[in-house]
Amino acid sequence: MKSLFLAATLAFAALPALAAGLDQPLPDPAQEAKARAIAKEIRCLVCQNESIDESNADLAADLRRIVRERVAAGDDEAAVKRYLVERYGEWVLLRPPFEPSTWALWFGPAAILLVAGGAIWLRRRRPAPAEAAPAPLSAEEEARLAELMKDGDRS
Amino acid sequence: MKGQFRFLLAALPLAVAIGLGGLFYDRLGKNPSELPSVLIGKPAPEFDLPGLDPGQPGFATADLRAGSVTVVNVFASWCAPCRIEHPILTKLAGQPGFRLVGLAYKDKPEATKAFLAELGNPYALIGSDLAGRVAIDWGVYGVPETYVVSKQGEIMWKHVGELTDEVIARELQPLVEKLAQ
Amino acid sequence: MIAELGHFALILAFTVACAQGTVPLFGAWRGHLPSIRLADTAAVLQFVLVAGAFAALMHAYVTSDFSVANVYANSHSQKPLLYKITGLWGNHEGSLLLWAFMLSLFGAMVALFGRNLPDSFRARALAVQGLVGVGFMAFMIFTSNPFLRMDPAPLEGQGLNPILQDPGLAFHPPFLYAGYVGISIAFSFAVAALIEGRVPPSWARWVRPWTLAAWAMLTIGITGGSYWAYYELGWGGFWFWDPVENASLMPWLAATALLHSAIVVEKRDTLKSWTILLAIVAFSLSLLGTFLVRSGVLTSVHAFASDPERGFFILVFLGSVTGGALTLYAIRAPALKAGGLFQTISREGALVLNNLLLATATATVLLGTLYPLILDVLTGTKVSVGPPFYNATFMPLMVPLIVALGIGPLLPWKRGDLFAVLDRLKFIALASVVAAALVLWLTMDAPLMAIVAFAFAFFLAGSVILEFVDRVRLRQLGLAGAFRRLFTLPRGAIGMSLAHFGMAVSVIGIAAATGFAQEHLGVMKAGDTLDFGGYHLTFKGVEQVPGPNYTAARGTVEVEGVGLLQPETRRFVAPPMETTESAIHSTPWGDLYVVVGDKAGEGYATRIYWKPFVIWIWAGGVIMAFGGFVSLSDRRLRVGAPIRRAAPAAAPAE
Repeated sequence: MKSLFLAATLAFAALPALAAGLDQPLPDPAQEAKARAIAKEIRCLVCQNESIDESNADLAADLRRIVRERVAAGDDEAAVKRYLVERYGEWVLLRPPFEPSTWALWFGPAAILLVAGGAIWLRRRRPAPAEAAPAPLSAEEEARLAELMKDGDRS
Repeated sequence: MKGQFRFLLAALPLAVAIGLGGLFYDRLGKNPSELPSVLIGKPAPEFDLPGLDPGQPGFATADLRAGSVTVVNVFASWCAPCRIEHPILTKLAGQPGFRLVGLAYKDKPEATKAFLAELGNPYALIGSDLAGRVAIDWGVYGVPETYVVSKQGEIMWKHVGELTDEVIARELQPLVEKLAQ
Repeated sequence: MIAELGHFALILAFTVACAQGTVPLFGAWRGHLPSIRLADTAAVLQFVLVAGAFAALMHAYVTSDFSVANVYANSHSQKPLLYKITGLWGNHEGSLLLWAFMLSLFGAMVALFGRNLPDSFRARALAVQGLVGVGFMAFMIFTSNPFLRMDPAPLEGQGLNPILQDPGLAFHPPFLYAGYVGISIAFSFAVAALIEGRVPPSWARWVRPWTLAAWAMLTIGITGGSYWAYYELGWGGFWFWDPVENASLMPWLAATALLHSAIVVEKRDTLKSWTILLAIVAFSLSLLGTFLVRSGVLTSVHAFASDPERGFFILVFLGSVTGGALTLYAIRAPALKAGGLFQTISREGALVLNNLLLATATATVLLGTLYPLILDVLTGTKVSVGPPFYNATFMPLMVPLIVALGIGPLLPWKRGDLFAVLDRLKFIALASVVAAALVLWLTMDAPLMAIVAFAFAFFLAGSVILEFVDRVRLRQLGLAGAFRRLFTLPRGAIGMSLAHFGMAVSVIGIAAATGFAQEHLGVMKAGDTLDFGGYHLTFKGVEQVPGPNYTAARGTVEVEGVGLLQPETRRFVAPPMETTESAIHSTPWGDLYVVVGDKAGEGYATRIYWKPFVIWIWAGGVIMAFGGFVSLSDRRLRVGAPIRRAAPAAAPAE
C-alpha cells in the first residue's frame, strides 16, 4: 500500500507543471505577504513535512494559488484555513487546531513545567530529614581527612 | 504512606512507557500518510466539468444524483499506477448496478484520449479537470483515487491508490450493493 | 565467502553477547571472580567479531559484490568509492550493523579503559550492554540479515539514488550513531547502579566521560544533518521538526540534562534518582528513534522501508529494554537516599533549573512528535503538529535556559547571592539591550522572538566571556599571565565555557537566519539585475549541462565583487528524480543563497535569499562539540578511585 502511494507521489512529482511555471504574486504586497504567511502554515500533502510555501510539488503550487485566490477574495486567515480543512481535514494545517481534543497538546508543555517545577519546589520546602550527627573523628582520622581534602572542590 | 507515594512516582515513567507501547502496537502495519476523507457522508461538491472534446458533455454534480450509485475514479494518462489499475476498472465497469465515471486530473485532453484509446474506455462519463481545482474540492491529493457516491450524491467511501481485486471484493462491492437498495 | 564469514562472525558475536549479558551478572551477584572477569573479555571479543562482520560487509560494498542482496539493493558499480563505503549504512540492515558496531565498540572501550570502575560494577554495566547487543544482533540475524545472498548474482546494483551521494548526508550517520549508541553506556551504568542498589557520587564521575563523548558526537551528527538540509533542500531551511529529526534532538536534550545533573550528583550526592531516570530515558529515546524510523508508524523523510514484522520486533525489544529498566527503577529508586543540601539560589539550583527546562523541552518535543499518533489511535482524527507548535512551545523554554546558562556558572556552590551575580552582569545586560535595540533599528520589522532570542544569546556570550576572563585572571595577570594560567585550569571548566559559548553562537545564528532573513522570489530574464542583500546581481541565463548521470539546467548569476554563482536543477534518469543544487556564497556575516527553478515565459523562476549569520548555527554546534571534547580530555576524568593494593578486586564497589 505504501509503495503504491509512493509510486503515485512520484508519478505526481514527475508531472511537468502545466500552469505557469512560477507563482504569480498578488498585486497588493500586503495581501501577498498575508498569503505567504498562511501558506507557511499549510502542509504539503504529498511531501514529507514541508509547508506549501517551501515545496516544489505541483499540488503545493495549486494550493498556494488557492490561498492567494481566497485572500484576494477577502477571506481572513481563519476562513482560508477553513476552506482547506473542509476538503482535506485538520491534517492539512501545520498548526494543530486548538480544541478540546488538542488541549493536552497545547497545554502540555506549560502543565509539565508547572507540575515538575511545583514538585521540585515542594520537595525543597520540606525540612531535611534529621540525620544523627556523626561520631567525632579520631586524631588520625582527622589527619587523613585533611589529606583527602587537599584534593577537594576546585571548580 | 510516603513510601507508597514515592513508589507511585517512580512507577510513573513505566506507566507512560507502557501506554506508549500500546499505542505503537496498535499502529503497526497501518499507513501513517494515508489521509481519510473528511467528506465521507457529505454531499459531493458542486462542479461541472467539460468533456474531452469541445462540446462533448463531461460530468457534473447533477449526474451524481441521477438515481444510481456512482463510482468516481480520479486518473491521468501520466500516472503509472493508473495503468496498472485499468484492467481492474474495466472488469469492474462490466458489472451491473452502478456507473463508473472518470475524472481526468490535470491531464491534457489529447493525452487522456490517447490513454483511453490504447487501454480502452471503461467510463460511462469523463470529466476533464485540467486545472485540478475540482479535484481539490473532492480532497484529492494524488492519483489514482476512487470514490463511491450514493444515489443521492453523497460521498460514501474513498480509496487512495490503485484498486485491487481484494479491495473491490472486501469493501467496494459490498458497499455498492448496499447503496443500490 | 567473505560475506559468509561476516555472517558467521555476527552469529558468534550474538553468542558472545548472550554470555556477556548473563554470566557477569551472576558473577557479580555471587562474588564469583572468573564470571566477573568474563565481562571484559566478552566485551572485547564481541567488538572484534562485530568489527569483522562490519569489515566483511564493507568488503562486499567496496568490491561491488552484487551477490550480496544488501549491496545489490543499495549500491552500484558506478558510484564513487566514497559513496560505496558510506552506502553501507544508508539502508536498514547496514545501519543496524553500524549500531551493533558502535554498541560493541563502546562496550570494549569500557572494558579496556574503564579500569577506574570497580570490577563488579563494570561487570554489571557490561552485562547490560551485552543484553542490548543481544537484542540488536538477534534483530539482524532473524529479520534483517545484511549478508543474504542472491542466486543468480545480478550484474548491477540498484542503488544509485543521487540524493544519498552527498558528503554531508553520507557522513552524518556515523556521528549520530556514535551519539545515540554512546548513551547506552550511561544507560548501562544506571541499570548497574540500580542493580547494586546504590548511586555513589563517584558514579557521576564514572558516567561523565562516556556521556560527554556520546553527547559531543551526537552534537556533530545533528549539526551535520542540519547543514546538509540547508544546502541541499533548496530554500535554506535547516530544521523541520520532522519526527526523526526530533528523535535525534530528544536524546541530545536528555543527554545535556544528564551531563548537568550528574554534576550535582557528584558534588552534593543528591538528585540521584532523577539522574538515573534521565540516563534510562535518554537511551530509551535513542531506541525510540530507531523504532520510529523502521516501523512505519510515522511518516518521515528519514524513514527506511517499513515492515510491520520488523516494527514488531523492535517494539518488543524497545519495550523489554525500557520496560525492564523502568521496572527496576520503580522498585529500586525509592530506596535511594537523598544526600546533601544546597540553597535554591546556588550553582546546584541553577543546574536544577537547567534540568527542569531541558526535561520540559524534551517532553514537549516528545508530545508534539507523538501526538498525531496518540490522537489517531484514540479518536481516529488526523492532525499535524508542525513548526508553529514548536515555535510556540519549545522556543519559549529556551529563553530562560539561555539566561540560566549565563548566570549559573557565576553562582558559587551551595549558597549564592543572586544580586551579586546580577550586579556583575549588569554591563553585559545593558550591552545586550543596546545590541538588541541596534538590531531592531537596522532590521525594522523583524519578529519580536528573534530580537529577544538575539538579546539573550548576546547576554549569554557576554556572561561566558566575563566568567572566563575572571577565571584566567586577565585583569590581574595581564595577557601573558592569563594565557599561562589557561593551561593550569581544569579542562572541564574550559570545555564548559566553550560549550556555553557555542550555544550562544548557535542561537544568534538561528535568531538572525530566521528572523532577519530576506528573500527575493521572481522571474528573471537573462540580463536582469538586482540589488539585494548588499550585493549587485546579474542574471546571466540558464544552460543545459550534462553531468555524469544527470542533465542539469544550470543558471548563472554574476555577483559583483564575488564571482559567479551557478545553481542547478538536476534531472536524473535512474531512478527518475529531480534535485535542486543551490549556489551559496557563505561569509561570516551571512549567506547569499541562489536557486533557479522552472522556465516561466521568457525567464526563469529564481529564489534568492540573504540569510544573515546563518553559518553561525553550525559553527556554534562545532564549538559545542569541541568544548565537549576538551572537557573529555580533563585529567580528572581519568583519575579514579585509588587502587587498594591489599584487598582483592572482587570486593564490591568503592
